[in-house]
Amino acid sequence: MIEVDSRGRRCPLPIIDLARAMPGVKVGEVVRVLADDPAAANDIPAWCRMKGQEYLGSPEADAYEVRKVK
Amino acid sequence: MHPVGRQALLAALEDGWADPDRLYAAGRRAQQLREAATATVAQCIGVRPDEVTFLPSGTTAAHAAVLGGLAGRARAGKTFVHSAIEHSAVLHAAARHGEAREVGVDRLGRLDLRAWDEAVSTPGTALAALISASHEVGTVQPVEEAAAVCAEHGVPLYVDAAQSLGHSPVPSGWSLLTASARKWGGPAGVGLLVVRKGVRWLSPYPGDDLHRPHAEGSVNLPEIVAAAASLRAVLAEEQAEAARLSPLVEKIRKTVAETVPDVEIVGDPDARLPHLVTFSCLYVDGEALLHALDRHGFAVSSGSSCTASTLRPSHVLEAMGVLSHGNVRVSLHRGTTAADVDRFLAVLPGLVEAIRKEAGM
Repeated sequence: MIEVDSRGRRCPLPIIDLARAMPGVKVGEVVRVLADDPAAANDIPAWCRMKGQEYLGSPEADAYEVRKVK
Repeated sequence: MHPVGRQALLAALEDGWADPDRLYAAGRRAQQLREAATATVAQCIGVRPDEVTFLPSGTTAAHAAVLGGLAGRARAGKTFVHSAIEHSAVLHAAARHGEAREVGVDRLGRLDLRAWDEAVSTPGTALAALISASHEVGTVQPVEEAAAVCAEHGVPLYVDAAQSLGHSPVPSGWSLLTASARKWGGPAGVGLLVVRKGVRWLSPYPGDDLHRPHAEGSVNLPEIVAAAASLRAVLAEEQAEAARLSPLVEKIRKTVAETVPDVEIVGDPDARLPHLVTFSCLYVDGEALLHALDRHGFAVSSGSSCTASTLRPSHVLEAMGVLSHGNVRVSLHRGTTAADVDRFLAVLPGLVEAIRKEAGM
C-alpha cells in the first residue's frame, strides 16, 4: 500500500497530494492518505466520486483509503 | 438597499426618531409609522399584523423562534428536530437548547422527507425547523410536504425564510417564520419574526410580557420603516427579477461546467432560488480564488474551510457530501447585469487555472 502523508497540511493540499501520487499507483492498488485537516473526511470521498476512483473508507482517525480503479 | 427603502429611511429619520411607546406627539407619530410598517409586512407575508414582530437582526429572530418555540412547547417535549443545512444561527440555538435531532439531505441538498417523518413523529418532539431554501447552495426545500408531516403529528414548524423572502413565494403551513431585511434588500439591523395565532411561544429572555415576542430594548424605527418599504417594493418586482436572474444563474451553471475543468456545480438544477449559484473547483484554495475574484471587482462568498473562522468546511456542503474546497457562491442581485455575468464567466477559468498552476497541478 502506498502512503501519502498530508498531516499538518490544510485544504486543499491533502487532495492535491493524493492526486499527484496517483500516476505512481497501479490499477487495483490502494493508497492511504494521512490527513488531519477536517475537510479531508468530506473531500477525499468527493474527489473519488468526481475522478471515478473507489473510496474504501476511513479505517482509523485521520486516515483514508482509496483504491485506484482506472 | 432598494432605492425605495433608502427613500423611506431618510423620511423616517425626520419623522420617526421618537420612542413609539411614548405619549407625546412625536411618540404618537412614531407609533403610527410602526403600525404602518407592521401592517405592510403582514400584508406582504399574508398574516395578521399582531403576528409580526421586528427584532434587531435575522440572527436574533432565529434565536427567538427556536428558543421561544421550544420553551412554549416544554410540556409537549424537549427534542428540537432540524435539517442538517440550517443557518448557523439556528444550529447555535439548537446547541444552546441541547436536545436536538438532525435530519440529513441528499447530494442535491434536498431534505430527506422519510427521515424527517421518522424524527418528527418520535414522541417528545417539541419543534421542527426547516430552512425555506439553502442559503449556501440555493436548493429550495419541500416546506409544504414537511409542514404536512408536522401538522399530522401536532408539531409546530419553524421556517427560516431569510434567503428566499423577496426572491421566491413564501410557502404555507408553517407556525413560526423568520427573515432578515438585509437579505431582501432592506437595511441591516432588522429581523422579522412571525408567530401564527394559536402557536405557543414563551420568551427565552427576561421581561414583563413573556408570551408575546418583542425586541429587547428600543427598536430602530427608521430602519423598520425602510425594511417594510423595501419588502413591498421587492415583492412587486419579485417575478420579473426571478425571470431575469434565473437564466443568468443557468448560464453560470452551464458555462462554468464547460469552461472550468474538474468543477462540481452544487445544488438542485431545477428546484432552486433564482439568484444563487454555487460551485466547487478541485485543487483550488477557496480563499485564493475569492481574493482573485475580488481584485476583478467580484464580491463572492465561499463555504470552504480556509475561508471560515472555524477552519471547518461548510456544514451544508458536508451534509450534501459534495466537494468543499475551492467553493464559490455567487449571489446575483437587482444591480447585477448580464454583462457582469459575462465578464465573470470570462475571467473565472484563467483565475482557476493560475491558482492550480501555482499549487503544482
